[in-house]
Amino acid sequence: MIHSLFIINVSGDVFMEKHWKSVISRSVCDYFFEEQKKISSPVDMPPVVATPHHYLITIFRNNLYFVATTTTEVAPLFVLEFLHRVVDIFEDYFGECNETIIKEHYVIIYELLDEMLDNGFPLATESNILKELIKPPNILRTIANTVTGKTNVSCTLPSGQLSNIPWRRSGVKYANNEAYFDVIEEVDAIIDKNGSTVFAEIQGYIDCCIKLSGMPDLTMTFVNPRSLDDLSLHPCIRFKRWENEKVLSFIPPDGNFRLISYHISSQSIVAIPIYLKHYISFREGKLDITVGPKQTMGRQVEEVSLEIPMPKSVANCNLTASQGRYTFDPVSKVFHWDVGKIDITKLPNIKGSISLGAGAGPVEANPTVTVHFVINQMAVSGLKVSRLDMYGEKYRPFKGVKYITKAGKYQFRL
Amino acid sequence: METRSVNDGLDYSGDAAAGSFFSSDYKRHDDLKQMLDSNRDNLKLEAMKRIIGMVAKGRDASELFPAVVKNVVSKNAEVKKLVYVYLVRYAEEQQDCALLSISTFQRALKDPNQLIRASALRVLSSIRVPMIVPIVMLAIRDASADMSPYVRKTAAHAIPKLYSLDPDQKEELVMVLDKLLSDRTTLVVGSAVMAFDEVCPERIDLIHKNYKKLCALLMDVDEWGQVMILNMLTRYARTQFVNPDLGDLTIDGEERPFYDDEEHENGDDGEEKDEKGSSEDDNEDGQKKKKLAGKKKGKEEEPSKHKAEMDPDHRLLLKNARPLLQSRNSAVVMAVVQLYYHVAPRPEVNIVVKALIRLLRSHTEVQAVVLSSIAAMSTSRQSLFEPYMKSFFVRSSDPTQIKLLKLEILTNIANETNIPLREFQTYISSQDKLFVAATITSIGRCASNIKQVAESCLNGLVSLLSHRDPAVVGGAVVVAKTLLQTQRSGSKPVIVQLAKMVDRVTVPPARAAILWLLGEYCERLPHLPPDVLRKMAKTFSDEEDIVKLQIINLAAKLQVTNPGQTTLLCQYILNLAKYDQSYDIRDRARFIRHLLFPENPETSKLSKYARKILLSSKPAPILQSKFKDRDFQVGSLSHFLNTRATGYQDLPPYPEVAPDPSVRYVEPPPSTVNAHEPIDFGFDSTHGKKSKKKQSKKLSFYSESEESQKSEGTGSESSSSSGGSTNNSSGDSESGTEDSESDSAESNKTDKSEQTGNSDDENTNEVLPSGKLKKNAPTVSSGKSKSQQATDRKVVRYKKKPNKSDTEEEETNSSSSSSDATKGSSSSDSERSYKKKSKNKNNKATKHKDASNVDLLLDMSRDSKATVDELTPPGLMGSLSGEIMNLTLSPSPQFGGSGTSTFGQIQTASAMFIPTKKTELINKISSGGVQVSYRYTRSPHLFSPLMTSIEIIIENTGKVPLKNVRIGQTMLPNGMSINEFQPLDMLDAEMGATAILGINFNDTTQGAKMDMHWETETGARKQTVTFNPKIGELIRPVTMSESLFMAEQAKLRGMNEHEGKAFVNKTLVSTTTTTPRHSLLVHRVYETVNVLQVPSVEDHLVRFAGQSLSSQTLVLVTIHLPEKDGTALVEDEDIPVAARIVVNCDKIVIGSMLAQELKEALK
Repeated sequence: MIHSLFIINVSGDVFMEKHWKSVISRSVCDYFFEEQKKISSPVDMPPVVATPHHYLITIFRNNLYFVATTTTEVAPLFVLEFLHRVVDIFEDYFGECNETIIKEHYVIIYELLDEMLDNGFPLATESNILKELIKPPNILRTIANTVTGKTNVSCTLPSGQLSNIPWRRSGVKYANNEAYFDVIEEVDAIIDKNGSTVFAEIQGYIDCCIKLSGMPDLTMTFVNPRSLDDLSLHPCIRFKRWENEKVLSFIPPDGNFRLISYHISSQSIVAIPIYLKHYISFREGKLDITVGPKQTMGRQVEEVSLEIPMPKSVANCNLTASQGRYTFDPVSKVFHWDVGKIDITKLPNIKGSISLGAGAGPVEANPTVTVHFVINQMAVSGLKVSRLDMYGEKYRPFKGVKYITKAGKYQFRL
Repeated sequence: METRSVNDGLDYSGDAAAGSFFSSDYKRHDDLKQMLDSNRDNLKLEAMKRIIGMVAKGRDASELFPAVVKNVVSKNAEVKKLVYVYLVRYAEEQQDCALLSISTFQRALKDPNQLIRASALRVLSSIRVPMIVPIVMLAIRDASADMSPYVRKTAAHAIPKLYSLDPDQKEELVMVLDKLLSDRTTLVVGSAVMAFDEVCPERIDLIHKNYKKLCALLMDVDEWGQVMILNMLTRYARTQFVNPDLGDLTIDGEERPFYDDEEHENGDDGEEKDEKGSSEDDNEDGQKKKKLAGKKKGKEEEPSKHKAEMDPDHRLLLKNARPLLQSRNSAVVMAVVQLYYHVAPRPEVNIVVKALIRLLRSHTEVQAVVLSSIAAMSTSRQSLFEPYMKSFFVRSSDPTQIKLLKLEILTNIANETNIPLREFQTYISSQDKLFVAATITSIGRCASNIKQVAESCLNGLVSLLSHRDPAVVGGAVVVAKTLLQTQRSGSKPVIVQLAKMVDRVTVPPARAAILWLLGEYCERLPHLPPDVLRKMAKTFSDEEDIVKLQIINLAAKLQVTNPGQTTLLCQYILNLAKYDQSYDIRDRARFIRHLLFPENPETSKLSKYARKILLSSKPAPILQSKFKDRDFQVGSLSHFLNTRATGYQDLPPYPEVAPDPSVRYVEPPPSTVNAHEPIDFGFDSTHGKKSKKKQSKKLSFYSESEESQKSEGTGSESSSSSGGSTNNSSGDSESGTEDSESDSAESNKTDKSEQTGNSDDENTNEVLPSGKLKKNAPTVSSGKSKSQQATDRKVVRYKKKPNKSDTEEEETNSSSSSSDATKGSSSSDSERSYKKKSKNKNNKATKHKDASNVDLLLDMSRDSKATVDELTPPGLMGSLSGEIMNLTLSPSPQFGGSGTSTFGQIQTASAMFIPTKKTELINKISSGGVQVSYRYTRSPHLFSPLMTSIEIIIENTGKVPLKNVRIGQTMLPNGMSINEFQPLDMLDAEMGATAILGINFNDTTQGAKMDMHWETETGARKQTVTFNPKIGELIRPVTMSESLFMAEQAKLRGMNEHEGKAFVNKTLVSTTTTTPRHSLLVHRVYETVNVLQVPSVEDHLVRFAGQSLSSQTLVLVTIHLPEKDGTALVEDEDIPVAARIVVNCDKIVIGSMLAQELKEALK
């Protein structure tokens, strides 16, 4: 299993290491650096690197490499998933997870890592359990601890560890009992030159923020659960109920978590909320793009922005936008247009000239436009929560559901 | 030190004030030592934090070891924790000092706090000092029997640690592991399997007995454990089950589904099929037809045949793993995928695809691993991923490694109907050069694999030749060359075009490719090659090695075919090559020279064959996926790297013949000495079997008769003590208490006869038929062959298995739990007989025909008895029930002993109390003289056991007779059903009648609405009535042992547990000499809920078990009374006692309502 963990920043400093079995020298990271030299971008780092005696399994997140070493056969996804879980926990504890934060809280980080793995095998990975074992830092508690001499480390086993619901800590109390659900859908699409959809699918999530006292038992029903045929469930959800009745029944963890994520594949019809009318020609040095809403069910499209990685030979752009601001980074050659809201009466447009650098050859192919947008109060798949019931507790919680449709990987091929 | 700057930064942030003070290492350590030695906890903590900072950075802090290790006794939890962390890190280097801490851990191992015990074991086992091996071994052994599952989990983790420290301990560790594997806590199981995998993966025999349990618990184990279990069970399944696809005609290429699809598609347009037929080699076509024919034939027979043959355990694994596809953890999903891919019958693998595709939205690294698995799977099973082709379309924002993998998959699953040529075209214009090159290769592969598109692919490649990017052109040339080579025909214009490009193409491999082509086809193009060779001769010295070799090659071939034009050129080139820097080229030139221009033409034998050597026909290169033939387990590290990783275990091939499946059915004897006994049973000679059986049977009967003898003293309790576990006799005892005397006498007699040793099957059969006519048949059979009956029933259920999966699961649960109950008990003898019987079942099936008939009769008799209950006046029942209850349910010591442990199954029993209260349905005033009321009979309904029986009492208080009283239209909520009573033809004035109605309330308390019709002389009337059931009536009582109760209750914790508090009058719970404990309380519960008390030896709590009618979920009720000694109870009768009511039920609604009702009832 996982032997050691090294955390490395982009400039190649191994600034933290933790060993669960006998110590592996950090020189093993040299193999990692060697591999790193071969690639052009950090995302291309191969997840598994074989060295003569070890295997390095790497994730790249928040500009940090988390490199786990193992000496024997192990399912790579097991380690990758665990490393991502580690980062998730850090983010949950400290709000974000970057080099400064890790260095600042190295003691808690170390204690957490020690608690999460035993001999390289995951021991406790539920954030609710860990938070009972090792309290997350906050100023008030730090002061209180200094005064009273208490510590952040608990001396009793969290009750969740032994129960059937390890994800929920016991004794939760809130003055205001609230449960918020965000139904977020991301549209992934590729739209070709002629405006026809090559492929489109929806990736949806229900993210929750649950602040309910005691042991609430929630039941969520949908108006049209049929569209959810391919989903992954948080372990708290009772699978049988979902299978039989298409009802999400669960005792939620305390705090923020992802209840379900679902996938509506390209085999079903997916609405395309935005279209692009474009003309681009590098030979003539012309660019003209208009953005318009397509299937938005009457909702306003907001936070629209376009991003075009221009070919290397483009030297500069001279454009006028009817709305919003545009920038062109001459180094990375990325063109960015911040459109904002789409006004249906006057569609946003940008046009003008592109100049190619002297001596650069003609451009062979047109670039791809990546579009971002947000549509509030609509789930593009038509998913709708019909009701949310709570059992097991007496109080009446405040409940809220929000729908957001976003662009996922939404691309136009020009 | 390279990390210097970072380290300093860390120090400041960790301890801003102190950091700058101590600049030199020496001083700093000195100070730390002082802080550690101080009495103040916060100073120690500060010091430890800084030391941990050093450890985290990878700096050496070992010299502080003595100072740190002293603090292992610290009371401060955080200091202690940090000392532990430090200790684990440096103990290996400072072995002597580390030993100082050991005694502290040994003490902590006995601490009452489970967390402290667990962490002590964790640290102790992590200290890699060989000297402490015996101590750790002892600690592990103790901890594996710890009460706390968390400590047991830690023990499981410690096993591989100790094993890596001292492999000699293996044998002993395996013994501990065996114990941990049979643990039934989900927390422990995952870790136990992990330890199993690391320590003794070859001991597959340890899994047999736990197999069903592992399958059943799979859903509830934590996600990491799920991965371990699934991976291990994949290997297990490969060794234990036969190939589910065995007999399939096309095992080799997994092509059957592929062609399946093809046929469907081609069925629509025969045109394409013809085309295909003509373009393909006859041979291949013929083969395919054969396959198609074979498939058609096979389709009808084989799948069904396989399904029948598949081991139910095999099926169980697949069934239980399937829901995990919905896990949020990609590793779990992948584990299920590989399980299905490697072990499931081929047609079922489809179901995993969707989940795999879903993972593609995960992090890049996850995507990479998933895609490489898909790539490998798609080489052999194109059809799996074909429908999802679009999900593999490449986005420009994907990282290159993802792009390449997606492209690989697209190429693998492309066929003539779906080839995404347009997509490929788009990809070629990508700015990612690596990706473009891969795309070109992909097009080439598609062209060579799919004959229909070869032409258009080649044309596409040719058009790429005019591409501006030399790399693209180069790639295109190389691929085109390979394509031309695979197509024996070799289209001439393309070659000509290529030849003309030789000046323009600068990429060496491409130039080499063109030259090779010219040489290969020089006979067909007589003019071009010599000209090209001339040009090449000019630039020879400037070319790359690979091109030079091809120039020599071309020259040699031309010399053979066209010596007139090229001899001089050839010699010139060979001369140039002779002085080349590269020895490869010099070698080649020397070889060619001697072959073509031998010094002695007569003696050189080889030169005669020059033509043959140079222009032999070469086999076409096969373009195939680099993912093909990855034989590693999908999703493993070795699979991803395509090299064997250390510790990788090959997936064993399926066995030809499945090993004995009974090993999984049987329970192992408690002692390790008998470890092989279950297997022996299977192969024993008949004689041995029989004698053994006799013996064990005798023993079990012996113990039982003893029991009944004991109970004889207390009158009719003998029937009830056995009835506590079998469903039959409780009804029996109700029906006639006066019979019980003779009953017990008779059963005693038979017992005695059996004690003498002739307790054979024949004997049983003899007695039973005679007994079945008598009324006391149930008692006889239950007193005599309880266990046998239990097994009989079990077998019947097993047979049912394939059609009803739910019962199957239940069955496994109950059987495993029963086994646990038995293990705990001391009477292994009776257990063994039980086990053996279940094994010999099949052999005896014929013999048992009579017996099973009897079984049926017994059931019937129970039913008839139930109807008898209904007929007896309710008043009588009510008054009787109290007494009967006392007789049957006063907990007797026998229950804790062998009696219950013999079979810990859950069986339905009849009600202990029949409510007499009638509820009015139709009032005589409103209906004009018709009074209808109803009550619950609490007896199983004859039509369906899922229904609640309701007795309807119709009284005609009017003056005119009623006709045709019946139920009309029913308005039932979803899921409910009803069995109407027989319409009453006539009901005279001032007369009454009763009828039984059955309603399946589907476990809800929603009202069942229906119309009631009747006719009088004046006309027909109807009235709508509603039955609102009480939750207590939707439950039927079941018998179970206390241990089983506890086990089931343990499964239903958390959200399935409902609590209520009620202040109960003392009189309800008081104990006097005349009334057994809590009898009034029990009675009160019976009035409210139709459950049955579970015999218990504990004073302060009462347990009841029931089962919901329609879903048959267990309902477990526990009432905790305050623990008080007898004297305290007498003092004050008026002050109510606080009782805690706990209801455990899988159905939350039922549980909470029941808790509420009970609370009300006990007030």
